[in-house]
Formats: sequence, C-alpha cells, structure tokens
Amino acid sequence: MSALCEFALRMGDNTLILGHRVSEWCGHAPVLEEDIALANTALDLIGQTQMWLGLAGEAEGEGRTADDLAYKRDAWDFRNLLLVERPNGDFGQTLMRQFLFDAWHHPMLTWLAENSKDQRVAEIAEKAVREAAYHLERSSDLVIRLGDGTDESHRRMQDALAYHWTYTGEMFEADAIDRELADAGIAPDPAAMKPGWDALIGEVLAEATLSVPENDFAHKGGRRGQHTEHLGHILAAMQFLPRAYPDARW
Amino acid sequence: MHAGETLPSRDDVMGWLAEVPDPEIPVVSVVDLGIVRDVAFDDDTLVVTITPTYSGCPATSVIAFEVEAAIRARGIDKLRLENKLSPPWSTDWIGPEAREKLRRYGIAPPIDGTAADGKRVARLLGEGNARVECPRCGSAHTAEVSRFGSTPCKAAWRCNDCLEPFDYFKCI
Repeated sequence: MSALCEFALRMGDNTLILGHRVSEWCGHAPVLEEDIALANTALDLIGQTQMWLGLAGEAEGEGRTADDLAYKRDAWDFRNLLLVERPNGDFGQTLMRQFLFDAWHHPMLTWLAENSKDQRVAEIAEKAVREAAYHLERSSDLVIRLGDGTDESHRRMQDALAYHWTYTGEMFEADAIDRELADAGIAPDPAAMKPGWDALIGEVLAEATLSVPENDFAHKGGRRGQHTEHLGHILAAMQFLPRAYPDARW
Repeated sequence: MHAGETLPSRDDVMGWLAEVPDPEIPVVSVVDLGIVRDVAFDDDTLVVTITPTYSGCPATSVIAFEVEAAIRARGIDKLRLENKLSPPWSTDWIGPEAREKLRRYGIAPPIDGTAADGKRVARLLGEGNARVECPRCGSAHTAEVSRFGSTPCKAAWRCNDCLEPFDYFKCI
C-alpha cells in the first residue's frame, strides 16, 4: 500500500470515527442548539471522510470506493487515532475530545492546503479546513465557557482533560510512512505540529482556568491498526446494515 | 440530441439551471448559490461542473439529481456531471440579487470577510465578529445563539428587538 493511500486512510478514518461518535449524540444533547451543532459537526466530518476515503481507494487502485472502505474493513485495517474512538462520556468529555482533536486537525489541514505537493491532498484540505475552523472556534469557546463556569462544570472539564490526555501524544508520533510523506512534501512531519498544538492548547486551557496535565505518557497504535476495544463496538453499529443487507440502496 | 440538431448555447443551459431551486432554500437557485461552476460541451456531450457547498451537505446528491433531471427534460441525453473541489465553494459567490432573495425569505445573507479562520482569540475579543441585521425588522441589535443552525450552511441567531429567531447564512 502506498504512503499516499495510508495517509488518506489515516485522515479519513479520523473523520469517519469521530463523525460517527459525534453523531451518537443526535437527539441526546443537553440543549437543542448543541444537538444541532453536534449533528452539523458530524455531517462535516462524514463529508470530509468521503473525500479522504475516495482518495484512498483511488490511490490503492483496486476499485474500492469510500463506502467499501468505510463499511467493509475490520478494526485492524482502521488507521484512526485512538483519541477519536474514545467513548462520548458526558457532554464535557465529548467537547474536550473535540477540542483536543480540532486543535491538531485545523493546523494540519492548513499545512496541507498551503504546502502539500500532492494536488488532490491540497484540494481536499483546502475544502475541509474552512469547516474545521468553525469546529475549532466552537470547541475552544465551549471549553472556555465550561472550564471557567460553575464549580461542577470546571471539575468535569478538568476530569475530561485527564481522561483524554494520554491519548493526545499519538498525534505527533512518526513512523516510516510519515517520514516518506514528509520527504515527498505530501504531509508534514507529525512532530512539527506539536509546538503549535501546545501553544493553542495552553492558551485556551489557561483562559478556561484548567491546568494542563503533566503526564506525558502516550497510548499509541491506532495509526498502525492496533485499537482499543471501543472501535469494534463502533464498527458493529456503523457497519451492521451494509454487512447484513449488502445490496441495500437508498 | 439527435444528429443534425444544433447544440444549445452555454447561456441556454445556464438559463435552464437558473430555474433549478436549491432543495433546502428553494427561493434561490443552484446557479444563484454558485454551485454550478461551468457548463461546456465535450464533443456532443454536455458537461456540467458542480461543486459541493459543505462537504457533508445532504442536499449535494439531491442537487446533482435535479440538475440532471432539468437538463434531460430539455431533451439532452448525452450528459456528464463532474464534481469539482477546487477552488472550494465560498459564500462570496452568492450574488447581490440572491442575497436580497435570502433576506426576503427570512435568512440573513452572509457578510463577506467574516468566515471562521481558527483565530479564536481575536474573535472572542470582538474582532471580526459579524454584525448581522435581523431579516425581519432590520435591527442590528441581534445575537448569535449557535454557530450551527438548521442546515450546515447556516447559524442560529435571534433579534433582541423583534425577538424573532432567524437563520444567518454563515460565511465560508
């Protein structure tokens, strides 16, 4: 499998799994406006998935469509970060997960849109980055409001940060595929995104009166197909219909 | 088309498509919104290039279907729809007339230059914040309820004077 195909899978699996997770809130959010905002965010992410997985199928060259890749792979073939498969938990945990991801996703897409030497990657990123900017502004805004809110909301946000923190280091690890992509100018060295992420996280969390955890342990493996037990449960729900009724059409 | 018939002009085809309403906001057409990017002939096949608004907008497939139906209804059988991502769709492409149609329909039109850019701090300090006029009473005494509204392209606002909630076509 080419490095480009792997990269498109990593990007598309992140948006697919996070999009699915966020869509689980539909009809359950604490207020109507947030329910709609979560559903819209999920829609954007699933839309971006169609572009990335479409590119992955094209780069693979075996005739697989975005739908084939979304619905007909098992957990070990998924390349998403472990962070995005984390359970939704309460609203604060969902928002914190979104913020930690958005603070990586938006700068990543910005880099790709401006610098990627692969034209298709740059075009997808240029489209997606405009949506990701809205996601980042919303999630930062809410992290600040809830962190610097009531005693209970503050406590829950600090707990949420601790809950997800050890899943953030994976965003910045590099393997042979990342090095090949960076050498070819297709994608940045993941570690190069770390200082910007640290700065943004630091700024927002300070305003949210939340303290940055000191633990630098990182759970890893998602980008190589080694997942937590949560991914299988997501796939069981997400893939049920096309697996049980393979000829189903809208 | 049958052999010997003259092919319609680009303007003819754009004119037909200007009558295809957006499925979510039927008061404007797919041409008004800048979704139809180009119309051209590849030999005798009509090629219509369209671009998605938001990448996950559920209306995208309905739009493609309706564009195709509108052209087939004019007797054109050789047709190809192409999807173009770049340059990405922008609300800047919505013309002044379409903006007025949106306003009359009760949707505050986009304010150019106010798209989210991820620069949160500047925005929270009030820089670049949009001042959106209520499409019903014209008051600028309005507030954002949520940056995400009834469709991916809109935000939810309310007017503090006439007290009506309204949609704002957010800038992208």
